[in-house]
Amino acid sequence: MKSLLLGNEALAQGSIDAGLSGVYAYPGTPSTEITEYIQRSKLAKELKIHTTWSVNEKTAMESALGMSYTGLRAMVVMKHVGLNVASDVFMNMAVSGINGGLVVVVADDPSMHSSQNEQDSRFYGKFAMIPILEPSNQQGAYDIMHYAFDLSEELKLPVLLRMVTRLSHSRAGIELRERRAQNVMQLPHDTTRFALIPMNAKKQFDKLVNKKSELIEISENSKLNSLKLSEDREIGIIACGIAYNYVMENIGDDEAYYSILKISQYPLPKKKIKKLYKHCQKILVVEEGYPVVEELLHNYFDENDKVKGRLTGDIPPTGELNPNIVASSLGIFQGHPKPIPSIVAPRPPQLCEGCGHTDLFNTINELIPEIGDKNVFGDIGCYALGALPPLNTINTLIDMGASITMAKGATDAGLEHAIAVIGDSTFTHSGMTGLLDAVFENSPITVIISDNSAIAMTGAQESSAVGRLYNICLGLGVHPDHLIKMTPLKKNHDENVKLLRNELKYKGVSVIISERPCVRLSRDQKEEIKAKIASLS
Amino acid sequence: MKTNIILSGVGGQGILTIAAVLDTAALSENLFVKQSEVHGMSQRGGAVQCHVRISDKEIFSDLIPEGKADLILSVEPMELLRYIPFLNKYGWLVTDSHPFINTDNYPEKNDLFEQIKKHPNHVIINATEIAKKLGNSKVANMVLLGAASSIIPLSERSLLEAIKKLFQHKSEKIISLNYEAFFEGKKIAKETTDLAPRN
Repeated sequence: MKSLLLGNEALAQGSIDAGLSGVYAYPGTPSTEITEYIQRSKLAKELKIHTTWSVNEKTAMESALGMSYTGLRAMVVMKHVGLNVASDVFMNMAVSGINGGLVVVVADDPSMHSSQNEQDSRFYGKFAMIPILEPSNQQGAYDIMHYAFDLSEELKLPVLLRMVTRLSHSRAGIELRERRAQNVMQLPHDTTRFALIPMNAKKQFDKLVNKKSELIEISENSKLNSLKLSEDREIGIIACGIAYNYVMENIGDDEAYYSILKISQYPLPKKKIKKLYKHCQKILVVEEGYPVVEELLHNYFDENDKVKGRLTGDIPPTGELNPNIVASSLGIFQGHPKPIPSIVAPRPPQLCEGCGHTDLFNTINELIPEIGDKNVFGDIGCYALGALPPLNTINTLIDMGASITMAKGATDAGLEHAIAVIGDSTFTHSGMTGLLDAVFENSPITVIISDNSAIAMTGAQESSAVGRLYNICLGLGVHPDHLIKMTPLKKNHDENVKLLRNELKYKGVSVIISERPCVRLSRDQKEEIKAKIASLS
Repeated sequence: MKTNIILSGVGGQGILTIAAVLDTAALSENLFVKQSEVHGMSQRGGAVQCHVRISDKEIFSDLIPEGKADLILSVEPMELLRYIPFLNKYGWLVTDSHPFINTDNYPEKNDLFEQIKKHPNHVIINATEIAKKLGNSKVANMVLLGAASSIIPLSERSLLEAIKKLFQHKSEKIISLNYEAFFEGKKIAKETTDLAPRN
């Protein structure tokens, strides 16, 4: 019987079977299950594959590069916006190149099911001038890992593997193949390419730029990019990654009448595209995310308007694809679905019953009439739901760590009583450096670390902040008189309001650690956390 | 053969368990299966849905197209109606009558039932109540799966085997409780509805 796996799990098993030695990651929807699967895998344990979460995507990617430097195969996994955090090392390791195979797995979230934007990671791959792979289904996600590591080792370049929400979070039966051995340690022959001082960097950058034609040639001959020309010349379809499924869903039985170029590897195979372009009267580009391919095909003077897609309005400019959108773009009639009855009310997500964040927000809300309703800066995590009614506490949510630094910037401008609300794991991910900025200038801000001892929103993973927050803040220079712990419980409400009011009066950096474990933590997890805190104190 | 099933409910109500039973049973019959689910923020007490597709041929899209679902199986009556655009002309609606109210403007229960009854093929049963009587409200999902089982083109044997497989790491008692729930749901659906296929 086939194994029933999520796209993410298929990819994870594929990486183990392709000889992985370490996965490095910070949790983020829709990428989390890749690392979790390897963490749970008995085989991975036997093979001593590194699986511990990293503090953020940048530290994760650098560690993966370090492992690759020793000749072993490493994988780094993140959601699309995580790549922004890791972009420094991402861009530069394309220049230095790698040693052991290194695959960067990025899961994009078109339609923003759990994200702030729908950026398309293929742009990053192009920016760094490295190969990009984009599987279209679960079996493909499994199979592609062998190839991804081979390609990386052959070219001595990192390979970007792009997933999207619907592939990450959809299950199918997977056929597994034989596992191959892990690499043994073999340090690079010549380490100068890893030392990117300008004289080395110039050489390496030239090498990278000169690899372009080789990469295109490999794409041209790759089985992942298949061209099928039909006698019917009316329409040619370029279907990228998961978009291929939506195309096939619609034309399945009439496949013979359509010319299709399936793309799962970039840079684009130029010759195959030209062939299709010449063969057909019209080209429809179907791609999940930004119009990356379509934009390349439209030249400035495409007067005959032959290429269709998101830019021409044949496919909506934003949001993820689905079979109905693709049917419309192909002119396929779909009937008229019944509407949702008007009595159906929206049911947005909300904080869990008994969540400590709610009590914290109730405390802050008590003081809003005194300080104004635009002074609370928020961050990324479950507590982002504090931006919604009935709480309406937080005003901003931009990126990991921005609560502290935006509050600081606002006080630089003269805003009084600025509050930053940030979770424990988000604080260690990207809040610590901003807090040092605030300490350095003694900015009058009140930082509340809502510490639930977990990376809660992605499924209560282990937080590296556990048991360390107080000492981190102390070490960064927060004055001990203004580094205070509180417990967000109904019974402490009045006391907590008083405490917060006092700190808001202080004209310097205050940090309040609001401690209460996530209600989603299991009893075992809570015990582990207690033991860890005890071992650290 | 191709069957499209939408499972719906509120985050935390156990629709993924139903999906896992369907997937496992389908694979054991050597069928193709695809099952798309929701992770992340919307799981927190929000509306969640799951698309299950079973076929004897390769399945392409992970998502069911609008107007192509053969069955919407819901553990909550309002959540059933949210996915009506997906239902095909002869499709079935199977739902728990027990509402999960965590929003201010939740509609009148009877208005919901009226809307559901507009569709000729529907089964409304109080699965939560039945599950409670069996001793654990958590098995409401298996009551509903039992109620829908004669509409699903998988053998009862493979469905039961799948349930066993899924709960085997727990206890015999839990397996038999889930079985009981399945059969109770099946029985009540038969007693209250004409489940003959209509085309």
